[in-house]
Amino acid sequence: MEKPLTKNFKADGTPATLEEYLQSGGYEGLRKALAMAPLEVQQTVKDTGLRGRGGAGFSTGVKWSFVPMGDDAPRTKYLIVNGDEMEPGAFKDRLLMEGDPHQLVEGVIISAYAIQASTAYIFLRGEYRLAAERLSQAIGAAYERNYLGDDIFGSGYDLDLYLHTSAGRYICGEETALLNSLEGRRAIPRAKPPYPQVSGLFGKPTIVNNVETLCNVPHIVHYGVDWYKGLSKTADAGTKLYGVSGRVRRPGAWELPMGTTAREIIEEHAGGMQEGYSLRGFLPGGASTDFMLPEHLDIPLDFDAVTEVDSRLGTGTLILLDDKTCAVRFVLNLEQFFAQESCGWCTPCRDGLPWTVDLLQDLVEGRGRLEDIEQLERMTGFLGPGNTFCALAPGAMEPLQSALKYFREDFENYIAKKVRVAHG
Amino acid sequence: MALSEAEREAIREEAAHYRDKSAASIEALKIVQQRHGWVSDEHIKDIAEVLGMSPDQLDGVATFYNLIYRRPVGKKVIHYCNSVSCWILGAEELREQMEKRLRIKLGETTQDGEYTLLPIVCLGACHRAPVMMVGDETYFEIDPARLDAIFPVKT
Repeated sequence: MEKPLTKNFKADGTPATLEEYLQSGGYEGLRKALAMAPLEVQQTVKDTGLRGRGGAGFSTGVKWSFVPMGDDAPRTKYLIVNGDEMEPGAFKDRLLMEGDPHQLVEGVIISAYAIQASTAYIFLRGEYRLAAERLSQAIGAAYERNYLGDDIFGSGYDLDLYLHTSAGRYICGEETALLNSLEGRRAIPRAKPPYPQVSGLFGKPTIVNNVETLCNVPHIVHYGVDWYKGLSKTADAGTKLYGVSGRVRRPGAWELPMGTTAREIIEEHAGGMQEGYSLRGFLPGGASTDFMLPEHLDIPLDFDAVTEVDSRLGTGTLILLDDKTCAVRFVLNLEQFFAQESCGWCTPCRDGLPWTVDLLQDLVEGRGRLEDIEQLERMTGFLGPGNTFCALAPGAMEPLQSALKYFREDFENYIAKKVRVAHG
Repeated sequence: MALSEAEREAIREEAAHYRDKSAASIEALKIVQQRHGWVSDEHIKDIAEVLGMSPDQLDGVATFYNLIYRRPVGKKVIHYCNSVSCWILGAEELREQMEKRLRIKLGETTQDGEYTLLPIVCLGACHRAPVMMVGDETYFEIDPARLDAIFPVKT
């Protein structure tokens, strides 16, 4: 089984050196890309069907195709790496940046070339100190070898790449909020349209792509469309960095074919549940995804199959709910996160999330009333898609609405004062 | 003047990475905080001047982000992760243990000025939960014994 994204990872946790990266075929993709026309590179990525690994799953090639190209296009364009990994439960981008920083840098250069960006930024969350150090070194090494800077490999293409370390807010992961943050403002989402591809950073055409998405690009260009499509088990191409956290024997992350089942990930790779714990449910892709149940373990975790059971692949990093952790408190913890991290711009999110937290808090502290459960249910509509400025609040409602559907008894038990032994 | 020439120079260098110098506001706040531990009102005024912003505009940025401190903090800030995977594995018990051991509540600074205890959202290492940062250092798979070792009791 091929593992293009993680093949250079070392057991001791040190990063792949530039020499090691080059020996494994590194920067061959860039050489090849620079010999192609930018639109050819775009087409290649589009042909693979690569879908964004940040959670939304939009086609990367299609996203790129909205950028104005040609002589009439603005000269200043930007490519931005979204390395603001703050989704509870997600840790895959950290591993990619710490384990093989050169791979991301090469992915940035090729992708920037494909849209003819003049400047690129890596937007990294501030807490990722080790990733910042390693990326800085990789960027420095790339400048020394003329993979970055003026006239890269004598191609006439110039690119500067800067590392921006953020100061911490989950909303920075929303791409238009990220743009405001990168412009030195409060990270508040922007109205769309205009879309960033046309008017993004400083009003110029801008592409924002996730770390894992961009790490795929060098391999796609180097080894081709057919090879890339052959990596997956399903219609969604490539591999996926899946992760598991919670009460399993060996929590971790593994690069597996896209479409691997949760059963294989949890039972084989993560070693199954810890002694004395059993699985009640799981969030397949971070805090803002709907619960799935043990009966869904054999569904291939790709973008389409997961939506058939009313959830989302999201980041592909599973958070497990075990039988000794209270589902209501689990959801309360998630909603506290979302309430705190709301940027405060639109009313449903700013007011609705703290209200949701209060209702859940009342429940677990024995002050709940039966109508509170109905109110929680209404919240999932008030704060749902279409009622808010961005996807933060609707995302926050996903674990809540599915918990109300699957674990309703847990909520009712608090009102009937039949509380099971709860954690925390 | 609250800012040294070296700090001004470092801020100007960051500002050169962007089309508008005000875009370097977060970097500037971090440069100042790195040196002084936190960002005072005086600092806000001076940074705003260097970046061509109003102090209020900059303060709006400073107060928005979790990692910019607008009040004095200890030499090291403890950021313990209180998000879901760490919570499942006992983050709140670890917080209680820290509060007892350091004799502070959440948001407070130890008497010797060494530590400030704050929560932080998911630190992105859920496979190695519970996780926390102490200053620039990240600690993984913390259990009560390890926590005691991180904060040895002074005799």
